[in-house]
Amino acid sequence: MKRPLHAVILGGTSGMGRAVARALAQRGDRIFLLGIDEPELDKSAADLSVRAKSPVGWALCDLLRPETFAPALDAAHAALGGFDTVIVTAALFATQDDLERDRKLAERLLTADFTNTVLFCEEAKERLLTRGGGTLCVFSSVAGERGRKPIGLYGAAKAGLTRYLEALDHRHHGAGLRVVTVKPGFVKTAMTAHLPPPPFAGEADDVATLVVGAIDLGLPVVYAPLAWGPIMTVIRNLPRFVMRRVGF
Amino acid sequence: MPSITRASLPDAAPKQARVSVPPTSTIRGWGRIGMRGREVRSDDLERATVGATLSRGLGRSYGDSSLPASPDGTVVNTTLADRLLSFDEETNVLRAEAGCSLLALNRVFLPRNVFVPVTPGTQFVTLGGMVASDVHGKDHHAHGTIGQHVRRLRMRVADGRIVTCSREEHADLFAATVGGMGLTGHILDVELSMRRIPSPWIQQTSRRVGDIDEFLDALEDGAHRWPYTVGWIDCLTRGAHMGRGILMAGDWAPASEAPTRFPKPHPRIAMPFDLPSFVLGRATVAAFNEAFYWKHLPREMSGIVHWETFFYPLDAIGEWNRMYGKRGFTQYQCVLPTSAGRDAARRVLDILTRRGGASFLCVIKDCGPEGEGLLSFPMKGISIALDIPVRDDTQALVDALNEQVIREGGRIYLTKDQFTRREHFHAMEPRLPRFQEIRRHWDPEGRIRSAQSVRLFDERR
Ligand SMILES: NC(=O)c1ccc[n+]([C@@H]2O[C@H](COP(=O)([O-])OP(=O)(O)OC[C@H]3O[C@@H](n4cnc5c(N)ncnc54)[C@H](OP(=O)(O)O)[C@@H]3O)[C@@H](O)[C@H]2O)c1
Repeated sequence: MKRPLHAVILGGTSGMGRAVARALAQRGDRIFLLGIDEPELDKSAADLSVRAKSPVGWALCDLLRPETFAPALDAAHAALGGFDTVIVTAALFATQDDLERDRKLAERLLTADFTNTVLFCEEAKERLLTRGGGTLCVFSSVAGERGRKPIGLYGAAKAGLTRYLEALDHRHHGAGLRVVTVKPGFVKTAMTAHLPPPPFAGEADDVATLVVGAIDLGLPVVYAPLAWGPIMTVIRNLPRFVMRRVGF
Repeated sequence: MPSITRASLPDAAPKQARVSVPPTSTIRGWGRIGMRGREVRSDDLERATVGATLSRGLGRSYGDSSLPASPDGTVVNTTLADRLLSFDEETNVLRAEAGCSLLALNRVFLPRNVFVPVTPGTQFVTLGGMVASDVHGKDHHAHGTIGQHVRRLRMRVADGRIVTCSREEHADLFAATVGGMGLTGHILDVELSMRRIPSPWIQQTSRRVGDIDEFLDALEDGAHRWPYTVGWIDCLTRGAHMGRGILMAGDWAPASEAPTRFPKPHPRIAMPFDLPSFVLGRATVAAFNEAFYWKHLPREMSGIVHWETFFYPLDAIGEWNRMYGKRGFTQYQCVLPTSAGRDAARRVLDILTRRGGASFLCVIKDCGPEGEGLLSFPMKGISIALDIPVRDDTQALVDALNEQVIREGGRIYLTKDQFTRREHFHAMEPRLPRFQEIRRHWDPEGRIRSAQSVRLFDERR
């Protein structure tokens, strides 16, 4: 990809999105933030502006309200003078227990993390294809690799998202669209702050380094931290009777 | 530069609350001693600090300063709140969230020839923690503590309000918060003046020093010529050579003498497991000290070095505290006033060597005048810091050291402390009543507490 990138980031206010936005801003790429919380967006834009030594803009965009997608991307287009990279780190997370208890929460999470993320990608993809290609980098999860007891519902949404992104890559690679699917394992961010970190828990900054590398190279799939690649190979191949018995 | 704001999206759904309460766990200080409590990590400090009993950053205070007073206490871990909020290129004034680490500040600002006004000996600290400890560095004689360069703090105080304090506004709260160990409220953001430097390289000089008297002279002499000075002492040697060691001094290299490339941060190796505690016994420490001293074969050496080598030598080893094994260690740091005379340092070191305390690391440094922080540690005199592995007799050793420090009119550094007794602390802190008065004013119900404040400050219940 030609640098500097002109990148739109949905979810850049916290966690891995914040780390990716910083890594890009610090090396001189241009950034525009999308998110749901005005004070958060203001603070994150300020942080990126200090690092990039140039102002960073933002617009509201809510994964639970698909009607905000097109205007938000238009605003990004106007502010950046066109963009070549769209990064989606935003998502909802809740524990399996909470999701089983609260049907409304389950509906919201499934809608945000699958249906609406896909709709957002459709909107973004169209714009990237119109300008002759670009990069669409979306955070899915290792939770989508196998049906696992403690993350069944969230994992199902991420599994659907992963399949969608795979198909998108197959369909538009020839037209210059580079789809980068990021599959984080456990990473210590606000999303997982209430959970005890397992072995191989990663740091957002290290994930960001990997992701920026993958965007530059147009790699279709990244496991982050890298150790989760081989771990998932094992988990994908565990027989069903084992998966029924183990608790992870 | 917002393009689409709430005003243009009237009926947006409310944001889901992002602060969930984790189960109780053991929260540890750097010396590895732990306390049960709940630690909440959140990137939204305004929300997370509501009703919390204490905030902590990267947990580098050695003892119980950042540990909860009781298992039902909620401690906010600030490290996810790490955004830079503004930086003025003209005035060098930086505003940032309290959880921002010094490591991050150095990565962003050193390439621009901008550095923090004062740095402690590790980069694994947060801005909030630096203010709460009112940290000092090798340049205390020249630049004072960090508090001197802090302009304003935004805080969540115990009654739930968010207030801004500075030398002009709520000056009492400001003075008590700088060096106040987080006991006056939760620091949310910090505004401080950064320093311009000529290059990101350090011009260093070091020399072998034969005994403690020569050391005191060398520090005094160095202070006139260098902004950064510090000494490493071999505290096992007794008699005539007591207090022999190495004096290091430095300054930022002028651009004309520095390499033109930027000194890349060093890779880190981690201590993968706890060393059994016999490894750091007297014999090994003696051998290390001997080697360190004689490695410095020429009496004097100088050259251009990396800023990490100069300021943060121990950061190169991740979790080096595991070196001390499962029982952990404590650091004992005291400052002895100039009025106690030149022999004060010798008298304190004598107690250590007589008791056979094998300190791997003993650092000596002359301090400039006391800062504005009501409980700020440094005062005009000599500061001595010792690492002491925890053994059965550690309490007795700390007691003996403290009794001597009280006789000398000195005091200890709370950020390092784990073993000091309440009576000793009160005897060495005439400033405590004033601090407690301000604390009570801002927190009449005593909601904000740490394990350390319960141990040392608070009235017995
Ligand atoms: N952390 C992990 O261990 C882990 C593991 C596997 C996969 N992942 C995936 O990696 C991605 C990033 O995770 P993270 O840990 O960095 O998460 P995070 O810190 O919680 O960040 C999530 C982001 O999503 C935004 N967001 C929440 N609801 C939204 C909505 N309705 N519309 C628009 N934005 C919304 C949040 O905005 P606010 O800041 O304003 O709330 C935040 O910026 C997610 O897709 C997650 O599923 C994470």
